Amino acid sequence: MSNNFLRRVDLIFDKDCDFKQVLQSAYQKSNDEIINELLESGLKGRGGAGFPTALKWKFTAEQPDPEKYVVCNADEGEPGTFKDREILFQVPMKVFGGMAICAKAIGAKEGYIYLRGEYRFLLKELESQLEVFHALLDEMKIPFRIKIIMGSGAYICGEESALFESMEGDRGEPRNKPPYPTVSGFRKKPTVINNVETLVYSFMIFRYGARKFKELGTADSRGSKVFSVSGDTPKPGIYELELGMTVEQFVEEFGDGDTKAVQVGGASGFCVPRKKFKDTIIGFEGVPTGGSMMLFNSSRSMFNVLHNYLEFFEEESCGQCTPCRVGCQQLKLGIEAVKKGEKHANYLEQLQKLAQTMKITAKCGLGQSVANSFFSIVENFKEEMIY
Amino acid sequence: MTDTKELVKTLADKYGRTRESLIPILQGVVQEERYISSEAMSEIARELDMSAAKVYGTATFYSFLDTQPRGKYVIRVCRTISCSMKGKNLIIQEIEDLLKIKVGETTSNRKFTLLETNCLGWCHKGPAMLINDEAYTELTPEKVREIISEYIKK
Repeated sequence: MSNNFLRRVDLIFDKDCDFKQVLQSAYQKSNDEIINELLESGLKGRGGAGFPTALKWKFTAEQPDPEKYVVCNADEGEPGTFKDREILFQVPMKVFGGMAICAKAIGAKEGYIYLRGEYRFLLKELESQLEVFHALLDEMKIPFRIKIIMGSGAYICGEESALFESMEGDRGEPRNKPPYPTVSGFRKKPTVINNVETLVYSFMIFRYGARKFKELGTADSRGSKVFSVSGDTPKPGIYELELGMTVEQFVEEFGDGDTKAVQVGGASGFCVPRKKFKDTIIGFEGVPTGGSMMLFNSSRSMFNVLHNYLEFFEEESCGQCTPCRVGCQQLKLGIEAVKKGEKHANYLEQLQKLAQTMKITAKCGLGQSVANSFFSIVENFKEEMIY
Repeated sequence: MTDTKELVKTLADKYGRTRESLIPILQGVVQEERYISSEAMSEIARELDMSAAKVYGTATFYSFLDTQPRGKYVIRVCRTISCSMKGKNLIIQEIEDLLKIKVGETTSNRKFTLLETNCLGWCHKGPAMLINDEAYTELTPEKVREIISEYIKK
């Protein structure tokens, strides 16, 4: 990399990995030791919300119910994010390995991968890799089995409780929380649900040790992370980078010299305008992200960007709660009306209030996070919304 | 027994008759018949001993579980921002011209259906489309013409 501040890391795509040896050494540890090692690493969930992975495993392990599950959330549908597909394509055994270690730590016998419908072409290869993995487990006398369940094209099913509903054969509508999945998840049993990248990192922590992982990143954002880079960039693609860089450093490496905004975290993430590049850290102390990094240059209309996001949310809202179902529609109609001059520019403030209401009252992360892109784009690019 | 009835029975034998089997069965019907007809929904309800309304509710929730008749090849062009920025409209235009249908329509010979879809997860290689389960990326109007011509010959 030309940029000195960005450290390219190769923890997870490294092909030279002895799965059996990593699994064996993890399985020699006690359940508490596994969870403590993970806790020590500081790994936070890579889906975007950033909950400490070890605590999720610990809370599930503590449940007295003997029937528990490990679920891999491979329904990543956030615009701009495609890292999980590449991980599943390149290093599926590490994903299975992470699930098996989790199963040991919490006492589960069954694991499930919920694969998004758009990635059905991966299914055949994944199933054949799974056969190899199951043979390895048999050889090691580990009583754990993984099944793949196909999604059917619904963004909301990336939300963990909606995903369980879908696995159980229902409409993918989010459940009320609490109870959280650690107490009541798939089939209302204690469940660890992690996304693809989190499971891979869990596996790699048992290969390299918590200390090596912890050496990377910052106090709030430990380790490295896979970024999906798209938009106006000469280098679109997947990059594993150390956490803690600023948007400015990122743009220096990936921008086209004319970057005016970076959308960090996809449609439900935050838009960072040029003037804030320098002071914004990509990570939990700044702007958190599930990996999506979209760059926009001066030729782009941020109205069109926001409009596209709102169309996406309007269609992908599950429709169960009113703030999200009606809110998404009204935000889209609202910015259209301002653009056409049917509403005064001040109307944007009303829309911001509506977005704020959605943030507080929507039932799940989908409706709650619409406000992120709405606020950050409307506030930073107000003229583009009006003229 | 009608074909649909037989298909539903075969799928239920394969996946089971619990509520968890519902979506795999619906997916199986789509793969065979290209869409889920009312007859298929009633059959599934009977076979799984649940209300037809439940089957309908689940089937209509998911965008890949088509409840409208579709062509043999369903083309889904990604319309999300990265693909849109890379010229998704030109791709749609090209397909519309080639197949003489608009987005949402099916050709009269029932061979192709053209749809727009939300993020396919190929944002770094846009514009992208799926034809049934196959992904095609970094499309240009010329490339699309070649791909569709191949399918026309099939």
